[in-house]
Amino acid sequence: MSGITRAFERARTEGRAAVIPYVMAGYPDLEGAVEVTLALERGGADILEVGMPFSDPLADGPTIQRAATASLAAGTTVASCLGTAGRIREQSSIPLVLMGYYNPVHRYGVEWFCRDAASAGVEGLILPDLPPEEAAEVREVAHGQGIDLIFLLAPTSTEARIEQAARVAGGFVYCVSLTGVTGARASVATGLDEFVGRVRRHTNLPLAVGFGISRPEHARQVARVADGVVVASALIDLIDRTEKSERLNKVEGYIRSLRDGARKEPGAPVSAGGVELEPADDRLG
Amino acid sequence: MTMQDTKQQQYQDTQWQADERGKWGRFGGRYVPETLMPALDELTEAYANLGRDSEFKAELDRLCAEYVGRPTPLYHAARLSEYAGGAQIYLKREDLAHTGAHKINNALGQGLLAKRMGKTRIIAETGAGQHGVASATVCAMLGLPCIVYMGEEDVERQKLNVFRMRLLGAEVRPVGSGTRTLKDAINEAIRDWVTNVADTFYLIGSVVGPHPYPTMVRDFQSVIGREARAQMLERVGRLPDAIVACVGGGSNAMGIFHPFVRDYDVRLVGVEAGGEGVVTGRHAATLVAGSFGILHGASMYLLQDDDGQVTGTHSVSAGLDYPGVGPEHSYLKETGRAQYTSVTDTEALEAFELLCRTEGIIPALETAHAVAEAVKQARTMVPEQTVLVSLSGRGDKDLGTIVGREEAQGSL
Repeated sequence: MSGITRAFERARTEGRAAVIPYVMAGYPDLEGAVEVTLALERGGADILEVGMPFSDPLADGPTIQRAATASLAAGTTVASCLGTAGRIREQSSIPLVLMGYYNPVHRYGVEWFCRDAASAGVEGLILPDLPPEEAAEVREVAHGQGIDLIFLLAPTSTEARIEQAARVAGGFVYCVSLTGVTGARASVATGLDEFVGRVRRHTNLPLAVGFGISRPEHARQVARVADGVVVASALIDLIDRTEKSERLNKVEGYIRSLRDGARKEPGAPVSAGGVELEPADDRLG
Repeated sequence: MTMQDTKQQQYQDTQWQADERGKWGRFGGRYVPETLMPALDELTEAYANLGRDSEFKAELDRLCAEYVGRPTPLYHAARLSEYAGGAQIYLKREDLAHTGAHKINNALGQGLLAKRMGKTRIIAETGAGQHGVASATVCAMLGLPCIVYMGEEDVERQKLNVFRMRLLGAEVRPVGSGTRTLKDAINEAIRDWVTNVADTFYLIGSVVGPHPYPTMVRDFQSVIGREARAQMLERVGRLPDAIVACVGGGSNAMGIFHPFVRDYDVRLVGVEAGGEGVVTGRHAATLVAGSFGILHGASMYLLQDDDGQVTGTHSVSAGLDYPGVGPEHSYLKETGRAQYTSVTDTEALEAFELLCRTEGIIPALETAHAVAEAVKQARTMVPEQTVLVSLSGRGDKDLGTIVGREEAQGSL
């Protein structure tokens, strides 16, 4: 059982959705990213996404664009992102997922990248601009190194596309909560329940919901239907507006509040570890 | 064995068409967020249906004739040919199309398609502003709202076109992220599309982007090459020996090349922006100096650093100032079917002046790159040979840039 699967399993037995924060490698700086990570773990994060900056992040809103620009300006490279993952792994056992755009990974060399990521202790990879149609090679190479290629599905995804992604997905399925780019929103998109339900019918993998999530009440809404909640832009916004001396405490407290928010209400459908768990009704007689 | 026979043999298994995933060899495809994938499927299907739609074709043909002013003339540039002292140079006058550039061919085709698909909002990106103007024009004519994303740097250097777009009822949204030029305008347009995909049609202005855009834009622009081919046969009695066109994303070049791609005796020459010289690193010569990469939804030649970050480009012409290039051009380069070269800012400015003085035609700065290369090519040829140039746009929009440079050099 992979660390990712175990993390979802543990959250499920604790009656909550897994909390999956995102940090941008090299942001607020090389060392700061690692410190933030450890604070996130102290606050109860279950899985960590480490973002790799790209010059043209077309799925991202202003917050992550800004962080990527700053990170690149400070000299962050693919190699230093892998180094950051390795540093985190030395100090923590939290499951690590790398998230970035395809071109830098391709340029580094898919084989080399997956090998170096695996030795840094990475267990999952998310490439938002690499849909299942284009992903066969990367998936195979990643899989060979014990890394799950995690696919995104969106509210616009058709049944056929959900089925296609479910066939090849590993680790968990990343459900994009809204039709749009990343960035904190005031409320959770309407139609989330229906969308997550559609995905659930095609896979036993855990479902994590991201894009637009920022508050404990959002986490609560997500936890009713999904198995994990991803928070990215809101966390970067928090880092940006907090004094350096206060930063780690605030980050830790914020994640704790999200984790508290992510408690499941009884009777909600959950799944983990490849087992579909229905609400306790008598449907099967 | 003639060259044609040799090439026939060399290319006998080459289809020159993208496969069903929109790939020419390793170039093209769809590298976009999941949110857009269903919309690309929808677009692909709607576009494929046009092939069977005689009503659409009749409407497009009518508007090409009555609204755009097609066919555009083929002009024998006698004084320019004499100056070059070699082959005869013929100009395919896309500068005489409505709005002053070839961009209208594609904007019209996609605009009609958007209307047919029931889309109620059009977004577009623009570099030099020519595609933005063409999109704004077509949207005004079709009664559709139009939003144009444009890099802040381009807004500054193409003020006249910004004014034209606003006059035509479009909303111009300056983009301040990244390098503040065309590539960032495309990023922002894609972000808009991701957000508003249900009712919005993204009217891409070049042969770039995810499948089916490179094929669709090429097809709408191929009217340039189809007309030129017939005009050359009628006027000269044979095909040109070489065709020269400038390449940014590469839509005018793909449009004029495509109908000749199986005519292996016709040399195809694409001209990229050499900026201050390819060796200086300040240029936009993607096919000349780039490497395989993925940007804006497709794999292609790309200007990037060792770490796969897209690098900033430079060109005196905003329309060529782009670090990527169409996947089909990437394939034509890799197969050797077309040659790609670059022309510096200085050479382009000289050619700009040359065409003004010899032929009374003020070309766009983008187009001036093709003119410069055409003169170089013609010099190596004999008077019985011909060079066909895609005169892709007129230069009124660039007068501000020219005046600014001349003032800076104290020559006015």
